[in-house]
Amino acid sequence: MTMLEDRGQRPIPSPREISTQPRFSDKVFRAVVTTGGLSSLAILGLIAAFLGYQGFEILVKEGITFITTSEWTVEVDSFGAITNTTFGLAAMLVGTILCALIAVLIAVPVSVAAAIFLSFYAPASLKKVLVSIIDLMAAFPSILFGFWGLFVLMPSAEYWARLINRYLGFIPIFKVDPPIFTRSPFIAGVVLAIMIIPIVTSISREVFSQTPLDRIQAAYALGATRWNVIRTVALPYARGGIVGGSMLGLGRAMGETVAVYTVLNIVYQINWQVLFGAGGNVASLILLKFGEAQPYEIKALMAAGLVLFLLTLFVNFIADQIVAKSGSKGR
Amino acid sequence: MSFQSKNDNKEKAMATPSSLASVAANGRKPGTSTLGIGLEARGVHAWFGKHHALANVSLDFPAGTVTALIGPSGCGKSTFIRTLNRMHEFIPGAAMAGKVLLDGKDIYEPGTDVTKIRLKIGMVFQKPNPFPSMTIGENVLSGLKLAQLKNANKDDLMEECLVRAGLWNEVKDRLNAHGGSLSGGQQQRLCIARALAVNPQVLLMDEPCSALDPGSTLRIEETIKELSETMTIVIVTHNMQQAARVSDFTAFFLADGGPGEMIETAATSQIFSQPRDKRTENYVTGRFG
Repeated sequence: MTMLEDRGQRPIPSPREISTQPRFSDKVFRAVVTTGGLSSLAILGLIAAFLGYQGFEILVKEGITFITTSEWTVEVDSFGAITNTTFGLAAMLVGTILCALIAVLIAVPVSVAAAIFLSFYAPASLKKVLVSIIDLMAAFPSILFGFWGLFVLMPSAEYWARLINRYLGFIPIFKVDPPIFTRSPFIAGVVLAIMIIPIVTSISREVFSQTPLDRIQAAYALGATRWNVIRTVALPYARGGIVGGSMLGLGRAMGETVAVYTVLNIVYQINWQVLFGAGGNVASLILLKFGEAQPYEIKALMAAGLVLFLLTLFVNFIADQIVAKSGSKGR
Repeated sequence: MSFQSKNDNKEKAMATPSSLASVAANGRKPGTSTLGIGLEARGVHAWFGKHHALANVSLDFPAGTVTALIGPSGCGKSTFIRTLNRMHEFIPGAAMAGKVLLDGKDIYEPGTDVTKIRLKIGMVFQKPNPFPSMTIGENVLSGLKLAQLKNANKDDLMEECLVRAGLWNEVKDRLNAHGGSLSGGQQQRLCIARALAVNPQVLLMDEPCSALDPGSTLRIEETIKELSETMTIVIVTHNMQQAARVSDFTAFFLADGGPGEMIETAATSQIFSQPRDKRTENYVTGRFG
C-alpha cells in the first residue's frame, strides 16, 4: 500500500531503530562475563580437538569396528616392537552404560525419597545436620568409595546378587553363568549409586525447597494430607529439576574411573548379565592400560577418550531435551 | 444499605435456574441446621515466635452470614483468619491460644484430623494461586483429588462450582486450558470454584480482591453475595467500601503498639454509620489507616 492510497490517514512510519550507548563500566563488565562464559566452551573444544587429533590415526584405521568389536590386544615381538593390534570398545561402552544405568535406577528413588524427607518431614535441627553431611558426601574422593565398595560392600552385595539370581534368574539379564558373583556390573552400579546419591539428593532438595509456598498452602487449604501436597504440588514442580539432577548423576557415573576400576572385573567381551563378574568401563580401561601403554596404544586410548567424551555429551544433550520438555509443565 | 443490596441479590439468585438457587429458594436461613451453627472464636491469641501478634479475640460468625474483618496493615486480621482453619500453624514458630469452635466443637482439640477441618473451612488467598500444572477443569476438581474424596458426577460438579464462582461462561469452552492462562481476576474466581468443589461450610477469604482490577472485584463481590446463601463467609479486606457492600457484620481490628486486638464488632451498617468506639470511627471515616 502506498502513501497515496492511504489518503486521509496518517502515514504509517517504519519502525525506528532503537539503540543505546552503554557506559564504559558496563562494557568492562560485559567483557569479563563474556570471557568467563566462552572460556568453558573453549576448554571443552580444546579437549575435544586434542583427543581427536591424537586418536585420529586409530579412528581411521579401525573405522566403525572401534565401537562395534570388543577385542583390545597389542601383540609385540621379543624386541618389544608392535606386530599386530586390535582395538575395540564395544564391551567397554556397553559396560559403561550398563553400570551407569544401574547406578541411576538405584540412586534416583533413594535420592528423591531423601530429598522429600529433608524438605517436608525432617525436623529443622536434623535437617541442618543431614544437609551438610550430604553436601560433604558429594565432594568425597571417589577412590574411598571404591575401597569401601571393594572391602565392605562387595560381600553383602554378592549376597544380594545371589538372592536376585535365585528368584529372578529366569530373566536373561539376571542370569549368572558360570556362577561368579563378585566384581560384577551390579556391584559397580551399587558403588556408583552411592556416589551419585548425594548430588542427586542435593539438587532435588534444592528444587523442592523452591516449590512456591502459595501453591503448597492452596493444597493444604483444600484439605490435602502432606503426602498429597507432595504428590500434586511439589513433585510436578520439581520434576524438571529431578530429571536434571539424575542426568548429572548419570554423567558422573559414566565418567567415573577409579571407583569402578576398584570393584569391576574388566573383560573384553560384551556382557549383559549384570550380576556376572565381568564388565567394562571406558574410563577404567584408560586407567588400566595407560601405565604400560606404548605410544601407539596411547593413541588408541585417546580415541577411546574421545568416544567417551562424545557419549557423555550425547547423554547430556538428551537430558537437556528432557528437562526443557518437562521443566515448564509444573511451573 | 448493605442488607438492602444483599436482599436484591437473593431474589436474583432465586430466579436463576441452578441447583444452587433452588437450595436458596428452600429458604436456608442463618442458624438453620443444614448450615450448622457457624464458627466461633473464643479468646484467640496468636504468636510468631516471641512476637505476640493477636490478643484475645472472641468473635462469632453465624451460619449463612458474611463477616468482614477490617483494620490497618499489621493489625492481625490476616493472622486471625488463618487461625480459623489452622493455616496459622504452617509458619515456623507460630503458636496460638484460645479456641475456635465449628458447630460447637474445638478445631484445635488434640486428635483432630486437621485435613477434615480444612475441608469444612475452605480458604481463598490474597494472591490467586491456581495449580499451573493442571487444566482449568482439573483445578476445580483438585480438592477432590487432594482430599481423596469420591464424586460420581465430576462434570456436573465442575460446572456447578464454576457457575457459582461466576466463571463458567468465560471458561466453558476451554476447560482443558491451563489455569495459568487466565487473567488475574479469572484465576481468583477459579480459586473460589476450587474451594467450593469440596463443599465447605465456611469460606475464609484473605483480601481476595487486593490484586485485582475493579471489574474483577465487582464480579467476586457478586459471587460472595450469592455464596452467602449456602455458607458462612469471613472476608479480610482493606477496602471499606467492599466491606460495606458485601458484609452483614464487620469487625474492626487495630494494633496500637501492642498485639492486634478486635476493637469493635457490629452489624456492618452500624459500624459505618454509628460506631461505638472513637478509633473505629476514625478508621472508617478515613482519618487514618
